[in-house]
Amino acid sequence: MAHQPTPARRSRRLALGAALAASALVVAACGGGDGDGGGGSDPGITDESIKIGGHFPLTGVAAPGYSEIPLGHKAYYDFVNANGGVHDREIEFIAKDDGYNPAKTTEVVNELVLKDEVFAIVGGLGTPTHQAVTNFLNSEGVPDLTVSSGSILWDNPEELPMTFGWQPDYESEGKILGQYIAENMPDAKVGIFGQDDELGEDGAKGLKQYVEDQIVAEVTYVPGNTDIGPQIAELQKSGADVVVGFNVPSYTALSQLVSLKLNYKPEWLVSNVGSDAGLVGSLLEKFSEGAVKGSSPLTGLYTTAYMPQSTEADDPWIQLWQKVWDEYGDGSPLTNYKVYGMAEAYTIVEAMMKSGEDMSRESIVDTFEQDGGDFTGPNYVPFRYSEDRHAGIGGMKVVQLQADGTTADKTPVLKTDVGDAEIEEFTDSANTPPESGIPSD
Amino acid sequence: MQHFINVLLNGITQGIVIAAFALALVLIFRSTRIVNFAQGSQAMFTTYIALTLMNNDFPYWVAFLGALAAGFIIGAVLERVVIRPLEGGMELNIVIATLGLYVAIQALAAILFGSDYKSFSSPVGVQGFQVGDLNLALTPTSIFVICTVGVVVVGLTLLFQKTQLGLTMRAAAFDGEVSRILGVRVSHLLTFGWALAGLVGSVAGILVATGSFIYPSYMESLIAFGFIAAVIGGLDSPIGAVVGGLILGIVNSLVSGYLAPGLVTIGAFVVLIAVLLLKPGGLFSSTQARRV
Amino acid sequence: MSTDITTAVPAPPAGPSAMQRLLGLNLVRSLLVSLGVLVVGVLLLESTDAYTNTQLSSLTYFTIAAIGLTALTGLNGQISLGHGALMAVGAYTTALMLDTDSPLPFPVIALAAIVMTSLVGFVVGIGAARLHGPYLAGATLAFAVALPSVALYFKGTFNGEAGLTVISPRPPEWFVSFIDAVSGEFATSSKYVAYLGLFCLVIALFFALNLGRSKIGRHWRAVRDQEVAAEIAGINLGRTRVQAFVISAAYAGLAGAVMAMVVRLAAPTVFTLVLSLSLLTAVVIGGLGSITGAFIGSAVLVFLPPLVTDLSTDAKLSDTQAAQMSPLIYGIVLVLVMLLAPGGVMGTLSMAWRRRRARRQLTATPTKKG
Repeated sequence: MAHQPTPARRSRRLALGAALAASALVVAACGGGDGDGGGGSDPGITDESIKIGGHFPLTGVAAPGYSEIPLGHKAYYDFVNANGGVHDREIEFIAKDDGYNPAKTTEVVNELVLKDEVFAIVGGLGTPTHQAVTNFLNSEGVPDLTVSSGSILWDNPEELPMTFGWQPDYESEGKILGQYIAENMPDAKVGIFGQDDELGEDGAKGLKQYVEDQIVAEVTYVPGNTDIGPQIAELQKSGADVVVGFNVPSYTALSQLVSLKLNYKPEWLVSNVGSDAGLVGSLLEKFSEGAVKGSSPLTGLYTTAYMPQSTEADDPWIQLWQKVWDEYGDGSPLTNYKVYGMAEAYTIVEAMMKSGEDMSRESIVDTFEQDGGDFTGPNYVPFRYSEDRHAGIGGMKVVQLQADGTTADKTPVLKTDVGDAEIEEFTDSANTPPESGIPSD
Repeated sequence: MQHFINVLLNGITQGIVIAAFALALVLIFRSTRIVNFAQGSQAMFTTYIALTLMNNDFPYWVAFLGALAAGFIIGAVLERVVIRPLEGGMELNIVIATLGLYVAIQALAAILFGSDYKSFSSPVGVQGFQVGDLNLALTPTSIFVICTVGVVVVGLTLLFQKTQLGLTMRAAAFDGEVSRILGVRVSHLLTFGWALAGLVGSVAGILVATGSFIYPSYMESLIAFGFIAAVIGGLDSPIGAVVGGLILGIVNSLVSGYLAPGLVTIGAFVVLIAVLLLKPGGLFSSTQARRV
Repeated sequence: MSTDITTAVPAPPAGPSAMQRLLGLNLVRSLLVSLGVLVVGVLLLESTDAYTNTQLSSLTYFTIAAIGLTALTGLNGQISLGHGALMAVGAYTTALMLDTDSPLPFPVIALAAIVMTSLVGFVVGIGAARLHGPYLAGATLAFAVALPSVALYFKGTFNGEAGLTVISPRPPEWFVSFIDAVSGEFATSSKYVAYLGLFCLVIALFFALNLGRSKIGRHWRAVRDQEVAAEIAGINLGRTRVQAFVISAAYAGLAGAVMAMVVRLAAPTVFTLVLSLSLLTAVVIGGLGSITGAFIGSAVLVFLPPLVTDLSTDAKLSDTQAAQMSPLIYGIVLVLVMLLAPGGVMGTLSMAWRRRRARRQLTATPTKKG
């Protein structure tokens, strides 16, 4: 959608250019006066500290789950601070609540940038919410790093030079799931269960590249409306025996419940966005009648993984996250949301480390563009960051949940991209976390 | 055919819960002439109380009764502490106060119980029935829900038609001034009205939760739908609330199943407007459009 | 209610007041008040930091909408829980019209937003005119919940859930040199938007001040207070109610236009039921029917939540706890204001003022006691 530059977009670029020029003037007019010394005179960074912030739904309808992501961030920064910080600077992280309302997002990001004077915005969550602030952040020259959304909107270096995605885009995931179905379930009748936004749309778009002629039904749900009975009934009517869900975790749980109600038992493939096995599994456990005790209610569900999941207790990354969470968390169990937050934080810290002691807003963006492709986080496939691309993680593998809560690999790690990019096997071995748990410079 | 039946059954189960909630709104409206925006938050809060009881190994039924008792008490306390002092002033002031309670109680629940999802188990099964080849969107839980609302409706009807208390309440709701002159302690009745509404609201809260998940704002969509259903039914008619709830639930389900889920709220709006254009006082209003 | 009592008690002798009306001094007074607000607004914008500037921008659109709602509810006695949705009409109109290569000047766009929203308000108003009290509340609430779905359904035009981004207009040359002259600072686009909001507010205020004292305003009040008498006096009830709804919607449309530029996005999640309810809240806690009250109520909405969050953070609460404190305190404040100041801030102030004046008059005639 965002890849064909339309006339409207071109005009935006002009407007943005002007805005950038304007902010350059501001810098020229009042720059240099801060005199914090050290790395530079950018806001939010001193010899002792780096102040960063993000917007998340901490209250309201979207808070369940998502409000745990900043907890992961915070825990990891606390861990880094306790172990010497980043080039002797402490990271100060501020999470602001936007209640998943873009009007509030604008307000709190104004506050973060203009009042708290953060160095960068990190992990800003949600597509409509974050979309409200990208132009502002870019015209103010504020790095807008690791956006917590798989939309392709963040990969737009020409118009949004400061903005970087993080997680794999939904379309790439749709393609990988589609190829898996085409190869392994060629006779399946496929239904799509998608959220009525870019998660569902982009995911379905990728999926259709591979299984267009196998699709028998496509239904959507509107976030907030928990009555998905009619949608699941329609999938059942269509005779779909494989359903691909591009949905958030609560709707994975709901869709399983409604299917149980309808005695509908297709094979489920669920986007990694919605397949938090620990969370969804524990939610469903109370309803799993007649199932084998101790077995996960999601047994047999396919999903994808682009980094180790909270249930993989033996993985060195999860061991690191568990250690960090035990020391700096609030005592609640480790979930994928917290893992997500910590992994994002790891990327931020790595970029800060690599930007060196003289880090500035410009240099951290340079680091993302120059070194981002070689960042050594938990992701199986590297980020697609470069001067021309600001897209996040470039691949994943298809896995199936096992009765004991673990996952079994169904494909090797696959690398792909939006549009007609091929799906290729990615053979480089996965990164392991450093001994210290903190990325090196 | 199976699809149509299931969309319909789904609508009935959704509708019956909306009806239960609309009933609570109607009870308040009968006593105070306002719509209580805090009703959803009150119900959410008592459901968390039930969940806490269940997590402490009390059986479902004890938790259910505990929530009802809590709902009754919370309703009475709110009437005494917040609503009573505002009686006689502008009705809009009471509405704003209930809006304040709605926001504050929800925030309090997030602080006390956390804002993550929690499962609320069902005393009976959540697996649908099968009749021959037909998979019905009907579970023991939905039958339990329908029966419970039925019990509430019968109970309220008996209360209002067969007991002295109920008759006095109706009289006071009809004309508080006259009742007061006749020696009825109207103020006690108002408190009882709020308490009763709190109890019925708790039933709705638990029924929505049973066999599903809760989080502090899980009643949010029901506030709008419950209000719309109550208005469709005529605001001061308990039967109207039930009929309004069922209509709304079925229409929602049909729109969602045959048109698009995104059009559900528009469908509800259209139904409401259609009803109000035909009968500005709602389907079961006893009086002509009332000036409030 | 308090407002018409004050207007009903023109205490000074009748002579000068008739003169005033003859000379059309009301118009002059409205103009002076509006210019006063403009000057205060400019002073505020130029003496506060960039962040407060953005808060003041939010204040402008909230206040414009609140003035429109207080006219409808306070003057005409109709309740609306759907003004947030009307703001959405204004905001989407603005977003669509700004999204071209060479957008029209903002006044034209704002006017278009006003016209579009008035049209929608007209349709809603026709339905609303038949309804009263809670039925009207229910219908407008359903409208507030339903309208955002239109944007979800017609994805091609409104871009669904993600919404339409709004590029803030570039400050024109004259504006840049004006700000440079006033404060020696460089005019950012945020500042420009704040000034646009201020100008819109001042114009909205000017019309509202005149409306309250005009024949239309008197008709509205008559319909609110004495339906039957008003009808006998030859006032067309239905037409008056629709008129009130349309004018109120026009305010919501203008507010939406400003909001689109302040938020830089028009998306369904912006225009939730909560927005509509917040507006009503602002109007009532400020003091129903009072324009100053609309200002105060909007200021509470804009400034209270960040204040509570900041205080909570200072009190060493975690970010999540601080975020949860904000709605908790907000809700409690609403209840407390209603309990302690049932007339809203302005109603209570004017009541206290009148009581003091009455007491002073009573002390002059010491036979009675208050």
